[in-house]
Amino acid sequence: MKGALIYTSREEIEVHRFSVWTTVGVPLAALFLQAFLPVRLHFVSIFDLPLLVTIYFGMTRRSPVSGLVTGGLIGLVQDSLTHQPLGVYGIAKTLIGFFASSLGVKLDVDSPLTRLLLTAAFYIVHQGIYFLVARGLVRQTLDWPWLYALGAALANGVLAVVLFAILDRFKQRT
Amino acid sequence: MEKFIGRYRNLVILVAVLFAQVLGLAVQVKRPADPSHPDGPSTRLIRLWVAGAFTPVEKLFVRSSLWARETWHEYIDLRDVRRQNRELRQQIEELRVQQGRLQQDAEQARRLQALLGFKEQFIQQTVAAQVIGSSGSELSRVLTLDKGSRDGVRNDMAVITPDGVVGKIVRVFPGSSQVLEIIDQSSGVGAILEKSRLQGIVKGTPDGDPVLDYIMVDEAVAPGERVLTSGGDRIFPKGLPIGSVTRVGKGHDLFHAIYLKPAADLARLEEVLIITKVEERAPAADQAESPRAADILAQRLPSVPKAADPAADKPGAHADAGKKPPPPAPPAQKPQDGPQ
Repeated sequence: MKGALIYTSREEIEVHRFSVWTTVGVPLAALFLQAFLPVRLHFVSIFDLPLLVTIYFGMTRRSPVSGLVTGGLIGLVQDSLTHQPLGVYGIAKTLIGFFASSLGVKLDVDSPLTRLLLTAAFYIVHQGIYFLVARGLVRQTLDWPWLYALGAALANGVLAVVLFAILDRFKQRT
Repeated sequence: MEKFIGRYRNLVILVAVLFAQVLGLAVQVKRPADPSHPDGPSTRLIRLWVAGAFTPVEKLFVRSSLWARETWHEYIDLRDVRRQNRELRQQIEELRVQQGRLQQDAEQARRLQALLGFKEQFIQQTVAAQVIGSSGSELSRVLTLDKGSRDGVRNDMAVITPDGVVGKIVRVFPGSSQVLEIIDQSSGVGAILEKSRLQGIVKGTPDGDPVLDYIMVDEAVAPGERVLTSGGDRIFPKGLPIGSVTRVGKGHDLFHAIYLKPAADLARLEEVLIITKVEERAPAADQAESPRAADILAQRLPSVPKAADPAADKPGAHADAGKKPPPPAPPAQKPQDGPQ
């Protein structure tokens, strides 16, 4: 367990964990890229890299508490890059982290098709929670771009298949 | 009780975390005592930490990519420069002729404004800034600039490019600041149609296309008509281009929904100007020698081709505007029908 957190992932009888560098570095890199890339490559803003990382860690660690804490922290940092009050993304990603880790216990989340469908579904749920919080709690007059959200859900699902396969390489077997 | 908490431990923790965040939201949503400081001390600290962690890395990336691009363009990729030079010289001659005509019109307009006691807003001081980051979300169209309170930037300052309006400053940190773009759903800019002089408010939409609202359906609005800032919001000086009408649709109640194409290319912003000082005064009839806003903008932004005016070619013309305030200049605007 040297240099590693006790975040584990159970695949059949195998248990996985992530190094401290991966646990801290991957979310930070996702947040940085999400803030930096759209300035030069505008289309990148269709992706939600912090959300994908939240889903990945949630599904692979399969611990609801670590999933919701990771999601909450990532969401709060993302909030501070926006003009919204802190907590809008925080609440949305806390719930996604919790749902993803709860599903990770029950489903085989290593299949690319499952990852694509789950990520697309989580994206829609995430958007729904965001709008609910922004309209209900922050009293913002936002409209939900349905068509855009469906397209973005699919795009994030496809990216998740590739990204998760890369992140799988950082899993450490015990 | 302990048995209950033990059995539903995950759910209890989830509810506790959510409750804490909802409570935090409620505290922030409460209207701040000082509108120029929208954040409370605790949330301001979190935002400061995040800005402090991200901004230096973003600045490093942006500056190294700029350096690499400038090196390539100015020392290596010099093909077609002679041909471009010939074309530009020809363009300058054409523009000089045009400028002479416009100058006469402007002088006449100033004389009339002076006679009517018309007060104009002049952009007196600007700070040139690089766009180094964004919120990364279509739901919050916010950009991060590399200039902050140390450079004289404050909340609610207007941000523009030579092409048009970008947005306003919503948060300021020591070394960076955040701009809310005019295409954000929570944004609103006082606007006026250039020809018909009808006034409304430009708002953002989920698709990122700005819409001019509050123009009655019985008013005729033609596609292609330019929309300018009206100055009514007390943030954007009057007469700056916002965009042009692309289509007119049915809006809410008795209003049009007039869709606009932004004048500034908001998807490809690299450098912007923050208007740090606006002066309101009546123009004197003999102000023909004052440089225009467009000339100042062209001198301030490195990527904008220099104006024909030889003064723009002087070394140091690209110097940071915050350190060297320009002489007052009227924004590109048309005179009103009557005194203001």
